[in-house]
Amino acid sequence: MSKNVGIVIVSHSPDVAKGAADMVRQMVGTNVPLAWCGGNPGGGLGTSVEAIVRSLDLAWSDAGVVIMVDMGGAETNSEMAIEMVPEKRRPKIVVCNGPIVEGAVMAATESSSGATLDRVRRAAEELYAR
Amino acid sequence: MTSESTNVGALPRARSCAVLTHEGGLHARPAIKLTQLAKRFESTVWIALAEQGPWTDAKSIARVMAMKTPHMATLYFVAEGEDADAATAALVNLVESDFADDDNGR
Repeated sequence: MSKNVGIVIVSHSPDVAKGAADMVRQMVGTNVPLAWCGGNPGGGLGTSVEAIVRSLDLAWSDAGVVIMVDMGGAETNSEMAIEMVPEKRRPKIVVCNGPIVEGAVMAATESSSGATLDRVRRAAEELYAR
Repeated sequence: MTSESTNVGALPRARSCAVLTHEGGLHARPAIKLTQLAKRFESTVWIALAEQGPWTDAKSIARVMAMKTPHMATLYFVAEGEDADAATAALVNLVESDFADDDNGR
């Protein structure tokens, strides 16, 4: 398991989520745990609590995981997903208030150098904090 | 490349500079590489587009990207810490090697 903070990307669109994940992989590299999910089980736009739970498991790191979301339901479903993971993991998962693409790339850049969960969250949120 | 080292106060300090020959300037990918490299050093590292600053935290990807550094700009680096010399030398090497891929966790 990687010691670096993991990144989960949750979009209403699987294309957006996968595209943002591709940018992280190609720009930042492979030493950051990364998972994405998007779309509802019927193949339309939306987000799924179950898919987010799976992504949290895939990208899990003992250093924690940050979730980047696009809007509305992505955030509320991510919060519901956090309630469904094992209790001891919950304090190490944060939903970030940042742009989903830029935030994911910046969070991954921070994580790739072994930064703490709080520093990774701040990197993800820096563009909205200005 | 120019480089100089001074030892003012407790921590060593080093400076260097290099011309950004990379096509397209310091766009996303090279900015990420530069930030990742800066973070490998314990020293505090700053970057600027002029010798007198203003100085930007070279370990902040958001701030480095916000500099919107154009092609052929001169990048100035200052580092302060035990590995300051190594940090400023490595950053110049990265810029002068046109951000060539290395083992940078990729």
